[in-house]
Amino acid sequence: MIGTTGLIFNEPLLWELGAPGREAFSQPTREVPEQPVDPALTGPGPDFPDLSEPEIVRHYTRLSQWNLSVDSGMYPLGSCTMKYNPKTNERQASLAGIAAAHPLLPEAMSQGLLRLLYDLEQWLAEITGLAAVSLQPAAGAQGELTGMLIFYAHHAAQGRPRTKILIPDTAHGTNPASAALCGFTAVPVRSGPQGMLEPQAVADLMDDDTAGIMVTNPNTLGLFEADIRQVAEIVHAKGGLVYADGANMNAVLGVADMAAMGVDVLHLNLHKTFSTPHGGGGPGAGPVCVTAKLAPYLPVPRVVREGGRFAWRSDFPLSVGRLHAFYGNFGILARAYSYILSLGGDLAQVSRLAVLNANYIQAGLKADYHLPHDRPCMHECVFSDKRQLAHKVSALDIAKRLIDYGFHPPTIYFPLVVSGALMIEPTESETKETLDHFIAAMRAIAREAEQNPDLLHQAPHHAKLRRLDEVQAARKPCLMG
Amino acid sequence: MKEISELHFPEDLRYSKDHEWARPEKDLFVVGISDYAQDQLGDIVYVDLPATGSKLKKGADFGSVESVKAVSELFMPIGGEVVAVNTQLGDTPELVNTEPYGNGWMIKVKPDDPGEYQQLMDQKRYLAGLKG
Amino acid sequence: MRYMPHTEADIRAMLGAVGAGRIDDLFAQIPGECRRRRPLNLPPALSEWDLDRHMEHLAGATATAPAHKIFLGAGSYDHHIPETIKQLLRRGEFFTAYTPYQPEVSQGTLQAIYEYQTLVGRLLGMEVANASMYDGASALAEALLMAIRVTKRQRVALSRAVHPHYRQVVETYLRPAGFEIVLLPYGADGRTDLSGLASLADQAELAAVAVQSPNFFGCVEDLKAVAAATHAQAGTLMITAFSEPLAYGLYQAPGRLGADIVCGEGQSLGIPRSFGGPGVGLFACREAQMRSMPGRLVGRTVDLEGRRGFVLTLSTREQHIRRERATSNICTNQGLCALAAAMYMASLGGSGFRQLARLNYDTAAYLKDGLQAAGVQIPFAAPTFNEFVVRLPAGSQSRYQQLLARRIVAGLPLAQYFPELTDHYLLCATETSRKQDLDLLVQEVTR
Repeated sequence: MIGTTGLIFNEPLLWELGAPGREAFSQPTREVPEQPVDPALTGPGPDFPDLSEPEIVRHYTRLSQWNLSVDSGMYPLGSCTMKYNPKTNERQASLAGIAAAHPLLPEAMSQGLLRLLYDLEQWLAEITGLAAVSLQPAAGAQGELTGMLIFYAHHAAQGRPRTKILIPDTAHGTNPASAALCGFTAVPVRSGPQGMLEPQAVADLMDDDTAGIMVTNPNTLGLFEADIRQVAEIVHAKGGLVYADGANMNAVLGVADMAAMGVDVLHLNLHKTFSTPHGGGGPGAGPVCVTAKLAPYLPVPRVVREGGRFAWRSDFPLSVGRLHAFYGNFGILARAYSYILSLGGDLAQVSRLAVLNANYIQAGLKADYHLPHDRPCMHECVFSDKRQLAHKVSALDIAKRLIDYGFHPPTIYFPLVVSGALMIEPTESETKETLDHFIAAMRAIAREAEQNPDLLHQAPHHAKLRRLDEVQAARKPCLMG
Repeated sequence: MKEISELHFPEDLRYSKDHEWARPEKDLFVVGISDYAQDQLGDIVYVDLPATGSKLKKGADFGSVESVKAVSELFMPIGGEVVAVNTQLGDTPELVNTEPYGNGWMIKVKPDDPGEYQQLMDQKRYLAGLKG
Repeated sequence: MRYMPHTEADIRAMLGAVGAGRIDDLFAQIPGECRRRRPLNLPPALSEWDLDRHMEHLAGATATAPAHKIFLGAGSYDHHIPETIKQLLRRGEFFTAYTPYQPEVSQGTLQAIYEYQTLVGRLLGMEVANASMYDGASALAEALLMAIRVTKRQRVALSRAVHPHYRQVVETYLRPAGFEIVLLPYGADGRTDLSGLASLADQAELAAVAVQSPNFFGCVEDLKAVAAATHAQAGTLMITAFSEPLAYGLYQAPGRLGADIVCGEGQSLGIPRSFGGPGVGLFACREAQMRSMPGRLVGRTVDLEGRRGFVLTLSTREQHIRRERATSNICTNQGLCALAAAMYMASLGGSGFRQLARLNYDTAAYLKDGLQAAGVQIPFAAPTFNEFVVRLPAGSQSRYQQLLARRIVAGLPLAQYFPELTDHYLLCATETSRKQDLDLLVQEVTR
């Protein structure tokens, strides 16, 4: 068992600490006099607690110790790609010439940064096989919105606005949400019995009023959509476009050519495939890659190379516009840039080992857990709680018990097409020993499900807190102290 | 979640295919969701109901009911004007779980066409539909 | 490569367990036509040491203080960030943690964000704040979409004195669904001109009226008047945006002046500028509209043993449950930046925040007075915080370029955003500006 108890302190809320007049900030020496200010406009200032510096450090240090993190344990979360976050990337992003750079500096004063953006665009184009890139979207969902805006703009430019988008029932929730933000109606496409998109199902739904389709490839079952080119042809034949959610790119680096598959627009998640840290919920980055035909629609401003210099240009009349106040999450882009420079061609090895790791886990768990699609997986494998349900043990119970074994739970209850799904993605960062520990833990839990289900219903037993009352939190929301 | 046999379906009301029920009360109909629906949803945390005075057709969406992890839309089993809304559900949405046919009622409707009540399923047919 | 632990022996053993001869076999399901024709053409991998040199070279080309004197604000502000915050954020338990969907093992993130929500609510004078949006621009766009959802109206009024980039993002978000944006002009004093609002609303009901305070010109809007004019129209929501939240350490919080939604950029709160991102979008509204809010929310609850804990809540608003009917599509937000902002607000405390805000005000006021005394025109009379507009004599562009060559960035030229404002510059001075540099700027600009 990896899981154990340790030095975990209780720690109050900020406003339960401190005392009026304490401070944890070094006020700069005042060199200028006080100036009159209109009292009709002033306010009392915010009601923040006052804490000293040691209190601040202890408070946040203790809080941090309540968190699991990639640095402390494996997160087999399907579709999240919780790989190791390299520390050198943090050093690069905090260099003064990056961290202290003002976005509106004259171009001549930020050439290194513009070059970073330009190079990163080229590399992501090379990695995906697509022609042009925007680094502006601040997260995958914003990348999807950008993609939908490009669809909308393209069809409007053809003089034929369309109202529908086809979305497989295996899709991540951001897909239909992004389509709806753009005014499209999401039309679900049922996956076939193999968990894959069936060209006939797409053909039955594709018409002149459908802007296109949103696919994820490999899909959320960890399977490569082998008929993707046929699906793309069906959509293209009726004048539609193909959007690919690149969340699962970690499976196919150096292997797949998105453009060859018929993809017109793709977003990447730099906080998944390209090692930038998850931060407890962001910041991420969701660059969008498009075919040459759709490049005119990309967000502005765009970085261009003019002779030996880099510049911003906004004179793209067909652009969907601006998505971000400035250029996106540049600090995150700088980390991804460092990652790609650190790996070079070894990026292909990332996918090879990610896929090997996932298949190793799949082989190790098959005997104990129901595998809805028994075939080689890509970078993630999907099991279900079917066998354990016979003992009244659910995916949730399995997940919570894994915590006691020292692992973050896998993704549960997604994709929706598998009832009681357990989606496991180890990534290439994990050693064989860690995977063996994980397999052993899951097998032990399968036995516990048979012999002692209540142990699982009450799990976790060894975390800072036991299961939390989410019903009360939703019935009587208390969102502020 | 319970087995169908453990759930309760009164005979003095009629049911829609979307698991709402309607019960005549003088010239109005009281509307709620069935024991099956509340059991499927789990602990109910919030019920979103229309304003009184809203006029909605049969089959129109009149609100939603939420558990922690799921949302279900609510559909009018009978068209008409919403004349009353169960405000108790604001503070105690759990009434839908504990008394789906009693204090967990949701709206009262003045029907446009009372004949629509007969188009709903009786208890036998609804139960057969659940089992099948 | 040091990020991938597999040895040849590991790979052999694992292939054996999987029942495959080679790793290539595991990719058999990918048809030939979907594959790359040639290997990845990327620069050769750099060692950690060569990467350091390469990045230092790239970053070294950027103009930064103290070698340069940069008087730029306009949505990105130079503020001191305590070393404590930088070090605390480097704890792997914070920055390599995932979104707190499994609350039992994420109480650190959850309590920290609950604290963040509380501090943001107190800063803005509002009842509920979410766990962050991407930035001030998208926060404003989402605020307008929320107003449209809540009021079921199709039209919004937006002040021209809102940051031009924020207005562009608003257009991007609102255009596809066909919502109408009407621009409100700014007046001679630099504030939004509300005189046309009543007749605008007569033509078609407005979902919201949105202003920014301090606005793009640095001017503090008369929020009481904006709220009164807005609420004179039944059901219209008053939205206040901002790009410099430090201003609320001096000026009254918008929530106390009648704002229904307050949203903006929180980069000033302990987050480095980083060439424009990542920052953090602050978003707050009234409790009555809580269920229409976009973004994640952390709530307080108890565990099985009655101990206090925190969870993500009201999740049915969000994309992973509500899918196409969600209040937004946002998933990953700006979690680590929200944490930085909370640490910053907690480090300053109430007293420190007020003191620092006052210092910002006085520093910019000193610069403004110095310029005015030297004969420079200050075209907008409205009160400001730490940025303001100056008008230089015609032909100022060449002087501006000369100053650039001397490593002085004398504000942001406004002509590119407001063609009617040629020879106007937006100058910013914060607590990081030294008196000698302010004196130097006055000298140089008026030479």
